[in-house]
Amino acid sequence: MVELKQEPKKLTAFLSGELDHHHVKEIREQIDFAVREQLPQTLILDFLHVTFMDSSGIGLIIGRSRLLEETGGRLEIHNPSQQIRKVLRLSGADRLAVIRCTVCGKEPEHEYAQ
Amino acid sequence: MNTLNELKCSFPARSENESFARTMVCAFAAQLDPTVEELADLRTAVSEAVTNSIVHAYRDAEPGLIAVTVRLLPQDIIYIRIADKGCGIADIGQAMQPLYSSAPAEERAGLGFTVMQSFTDRLTVTSHIGKGTTVIMRKKLRHGTE
Repeated sequence: MVELKQEPKKLTAFLSGELDHHHVKEIREQIDFAVREQLPQTLILDFLHVTFMDSSGIGLIIGRSRLLEETGGRLEIHNPSQQIRKVLRLSGADRLAVIRCTVCGKEPEHEYAQ
Repeated sequence: MNTLNELKCSFPARSENESFARTMVCAFAAQLDPTVEELADLRTAVSEAVTNSIVHAYRDAEPGLIAVTVRLLPQDIIYIRIADKGCGIADIGQAMQPLYSSAPAEERAGLGFTVMQSFTDRLTVTSHIGKGTTVIMRKKLRHGTE
């Protein structure tokens, strides 16, 4: 699911659970509503608590990237797991956003080169 | 080919069954002691195939059934067949092209077949208009030895 945190110029979407076709629709609507309302300079999609993602998640990333082009913001992807990074690489969606690990100190399996 | 074990299951093409379908296949495949990465690959590939049937096959009709068969074959090969009786795919070549989607408005990335192809060893797709689509995937579990 998704929890949104608004800060000055920044919107963070803390995603959790399984990002498949069944779950992305509602997440997408909530994020888009907040983006259009706040017009953040940066939208962060935080995948730390996402346990599974298929290409429906890629659709979510590509769609938000397009929305931010429209609103003049930029996209960051935080803390994708190894499985998610594999799907990101395959799709090329890893080139649409800055990918960051903000919890490497705590969880070594999240450690990777940007 | 000798089937060592087999699972058959069918369920309505409803999106809430996507999670169930991939979890079921992975639970069955666990007998072969796959690595975490192999299991994640299977989970993702199954999710794509089932989602395709749910999003496309019964688009203009009541959701019909999706039939899943999983077989454990000799030499640690896992065989997965996912079949629907939906509208069928007119041009399989086009459907399999990366980034092509017949449902762009629904924000589909057009990567379903690309993921299935990349995360398994062999993918076959057969389809007949008005009769349905069958996807067969095979993956040899190498247990991280390669």
